[in-house]
Amino acid sequence: MGIRFILMVNKQGQTRLAQYYEYLTLEERRALEGEIVRKCLARTEQQCSFVEHRNYKIVYRRYASLFFLVGVDNDENELAILEFIHLLVETMDRHFGNVCELDIMFHLEKAHFMLEEMVMNGCIVETSKSNILTPIQLMEKSS
Amino acid sequence: MGSQGGFGQSKEFLDLVKSIGEARSKSEEDRIILGEIETLKRRIVEPDIPKRKMKEYIIRLVYVEMLGHDASFGYIHAVKMTHDDSLLLKRTGYLAVTLFLNEDHDLIILIVNTIQKDLRSDNYLVVCAALNAVCRLINEETIPAVLPQVVELLGHAKEAVRKKAVMALHRFYQKSPASVLHLISNFRKTLCDKDPGVMGATLCPLFDLVTIDVKSFKDLVISFISILKQVAERRLPKSYDYHQMPAPFIQIKLLKVLALLGSGDKQASEQMYTVLGDVFKKCDTSCNIGNAVLYECICCVSCIYPNTKLLETAADAISKFLKSDTHNLKYMGIDALGRLIKISPDIAEQHQLAVIDCLEDPDDTLKRKTFELLYKMTKSTNVNVIVDRMIDYMISINDNHYKTEIASRCVELAEQFAPSNHWFIQTMNKVFEHAGDLVNIKVAHNLMRLIAEGFGEDDDTTDSQLRSSAVESYLRIIAEPKLPSVFLQMICWVLGEYGTTDGKYSASYITGKLCDVAEAYSNDETVKAYAITALMKLYAYEIAAGRKVDILPECQSLIEELSVSHSTDLQQRAYELQALIGLDACAVESVMPSDASCEDIEIDKSLSFLNHYVQESLEKGAQPYIPESERTGMLNISSFRNEDHHEASMHGLRFEAYELPKPMVPSKSPVTYTPSTELVPVPEPSYSREVHTSTAVPSISNSGSTELKLRLDGVQKKWGRPSYSSGSTSTSESSSQKTVNGVAQTESVSTSTSRAQATSSFDLKKPQVEISPEKQRLAASLFGGPIKTDKRPTSSKVVKSSSHATEKPPVAKAADTASEKSTPVQPPPDLLDLGEPTVTSSAPLIDPFKQLEGLLDQGENVSAPNHGAVNANKASDVMSLYVEIAASGQSGGAVNPVPTNGDDMLSGLSGMGIRTASPGGPAGSSPLSKGPNLRDALEKDALVRQMGVTPTSQNPNLFKDLLG
Repeated sequence: MGIRFILMVNKQGQTRLAQYYEYLTLEERRALEGEIVRKCLARTEQQCSFVEHRNYKIVYRRYASLFFLVGVDNDENELAILEFIHLLVETMDRHFGNVCELDIMFHLEKAHFMLEEMVMNGCIVETSKSNILTPIQLMEKSS
Repeated sequence: MGSQGGFGQSKEFLDLVKSIGEARSKSEEDRIILGEIETLKRRIVEPDIPKRKMKEYIIRLVYVEMLGHDASFGYIHAVKMTHDDSLLLKRTGYLAVTLFLNEDHDLIILIVNTIQKDLRSDNYLVVCAALNAVCRLINEETIPAVLPQVVELLGHAKEAVRKKAVMALHRFYQKSPASVLHLISNFRKTLCDKDPGVMGATLCPLFDLVTIDVKSFKDLVISFISILKQVAERRLPKSYDYHQMPAPFIQIKLLKVLALLGSGDKQASEQMYTVLGDVFKKCDTSCNIGNAVLYECICCVSCIYPNTKLLETAADAISKFLKSDTHNLKYMGIDALGRLIKISPDIAEQHQLAVIDCLEDPDDTLKRKTFELLYKMTKSTNVNVIVDRMIDYMISINDNHYKTEIASRCVELAEQFAPSNHWFIQTMNKVFEHAGDLVNIKVAHNLMRLIAEGFGEDDDTTDSQLRSSAVESYLRIIAEPKLPSVFLQMICWVLGEYGTTDGKYSASYITGKLCDVAEAYSNDETVKAYAITALMKLYAYEIAAGRKVDILPECQSLIEELSVSHSTDLQQRAYELQALIGLDACAVESVMPSDASCEDIEIDKSLSFLNHYVQESLEKGAQPYIPESERTGMLNISSFRNEDHHEASMHGLRFEAYELPKPMVPSKSPVTYTPSTELVPVPEPSYSREVHTSTAVPSISNSGSTELKLRLDGVQKKWGRPSYSSGSTSTSESSSQKTVNGVAQTESVSTSTSRAQATSSFDLKKPQVEISPEKQRLAASLFGGPIKTDKRPTSSKVVKSSSHATEKPPVAKAADTASEKSTPVQPPPDLLDLGEPTVTSSAPLIDPFKQLEGLLDQGENVSAPNHGAVNANKASDVMSLYVEIAASGQSGGAVNPVPTNGDDMLSGLSGMGIRTASPGGPAGSSPLSKGPNLRDALEKDALVRQMGVTPTSQNPNLFKDLLG
């Protein structure tokens, strides 16, 4: 199924966005997020942007103080996922303008809407920024 | 900033976000959220809440759940919101519901109706929102409720709807393939959709379908190829470009599908060669995404029917990956190498130094990937080096998940490629010692079998050597503290069977050791059971050999302790031992024959030896046996009676006698349990040697009739040692595994004609590895030889490896220097650092906006000067100059939104900043759009400040641009 979850977590380990493509209970999520963040924080800039964790592979990327973590299956192309993260950030940047952690916090639902356009059923379905943002902009106009 | 719409959020919400943002610890965050839960519980049930307010509440609920707390009290309000007419509210409602509920939640049923209605909406955005929800919330049972509408939407005028309908169908396929099997042809249609988004989405379900059933989709090879060709030739809209690559994510998906379709299909593969070559050529290797596509090409090429030219291209690409400075590319290179190595095994040799670098890299991810590669390229010639490395690594890590994995790989490799029995035992000892509790119990049983049976050779001396060396190594290891239970069980078994066989150690020495084990691990009943059974065997051999048995005082006390144990199993074993010691040599010899663990045991499943007894009992008026199928509840009574009748005869419990087929004492055998139906399903064929040797005793000394006491459900599971049932292998299984072992053996025999020699060469090699040109040695032992040793007998192994070592260095050095030379020329294609302005060396990358931020901070929040100071430190002198200018222009009205003059100045500055930054910045985003955005950002910042959120020392990061 490809992508199992997408997380945004800051340097202090606080979750800023969490989207799971398979059902986990609250406790499982909490534990998983804690373990993963600890693992990723312990790594240096020079090391791979990929970490194995249980049966997931975590592809992560850091922007300022915010970590973007994507949990994928074993046969996923890690570099492509890494660039997918960047595409996501670029898309948010285009929408919010110089996107920062606070934008995501204040507009959590919009960040989610973007993800909804980009990923369905754990698969990347849309990578054109205009296609991703058009429905969101139209929606804003209508309300 | 048009998108911000002035936030439109309440002070309350902003305060919440602010406090969460500034929380310094998880407990502080938890406190905030717990307070928030209380507030929401009160507020959300108030009457007449304005819709906007409700939306905010719902998002606050999302926060509550996201931060790990239960928000189920508000789910119903999220469900209600999906009914709203306003698109924004509806979509927010759907979003919250998909985040809160799994597809089997009770509330889903309340939404299905809404979804159905929304799927019919005239507003395509509403339809899209509903389709999103369909993908998350519809389960197998509710599929039929929406399926017809979803299928209809595949032909919708709007491409966004078609795309999502495809994905909804994909979801149905994932959930319940049968429900949409008749609709598969729709995917063929949507693959040819004129909109690239719909086409790209269709690749997802098609990939799944092709994975399961390649044959049915061979006709699409042409279509996929032509799509890939068009994509590569940039025929897709520009908006799909990413960092100058045309629709890379679609290319990758296509390559994945092609790999599946071309696997093992020469004809299909040949059609792909041209386009693959084109894609290879067009990959921009200076950026990550280009390399991602390149990697996918390599995967595809190594999957389809091989083509020499493409394989060469792939090999070149791999070597570029491996020579790269970034770990990510090295990682991809190692992975790709592992794929290509299956087709061209010699390719690894040219990269040996790079591989060893990766193996020794402190980065765990890279290391593991390299171990994966080594695992794939293990042969009998390099198995000892590779497994040694794996074990060293296994010892060094704490992660049980991976420890288990690597331990089982070690075992697998050792079983498959072991150059000698001695090495095999040593290796297994290490694995057991360090990961014994993690490996499958079967591994231990396999090893016991190996020691008992040898490698199936005719030569008995090698087998006994093997046993002696095992015994010796176990006696050495046994004193180590905290050994895993499985390992101890095995040690006890081997010591019991073979401890005194070669006469090197006396029985009292071995028994003393066994008592020590039983004492040291007094909490582990399984180990104690194994230990006491081993004691029994040792005493039996002594008695049978006519020697006088001196029972050590510690043994005596152990026996006494166990005979009053809470565990009936241990009790029984203790009594058996006591009984055995009292027997004469002849009886003992037949009860417990020496080294008989390999002897086949005939099982009389029909229990014909009991016929006589049955007959006798029937004549005395006993109930006849009624087959299970004909039985009813009435049987319980009679069996109870029987039970009572026999109970008096014994106090020691026996429950495995029934499994015992040896027709030694047919007359005495306990026939009475014929009616005790529950004992019948005992898995007769499944008992291990361990059982057979120990149970031989009671069949003589005990009447065995106490068996009846165990006529309880689940007796076998409850009382039997887990090792009995799980560890025991059925006889049929063991024989088949024996042959497997035999096969493995013939392989390894050919490589190591003389075991002693092989081990000595191994021993020699190991210290060598430690010496100076360590890497080259390692390289030689890992990569060297495989081809040549295949041609020549292994007798010259030592010479071989050393000659290799001398051979390699020049090549290796050349490669080394080449990579060194190339590195300065190549600009590091690392886009990762992009987001980290503090790391990139260029000062202009630092956003001037941030400088202002720090400044504002100083102006209005004197208590937190840190932020500004930090920023100033980060910035170059030029930057601090800017700060000064800005400061002079602004010192007065810091509380107000940024003064216009400051704004102008900044936008000017920002233009500069951006322009200089753009070379390193994301290539896709145009600098022009960034300029005005900066101003927007500034306004946004001011707005946030008005709301009371200011950058303090607690939350400076909240304001940092993610894209530096």
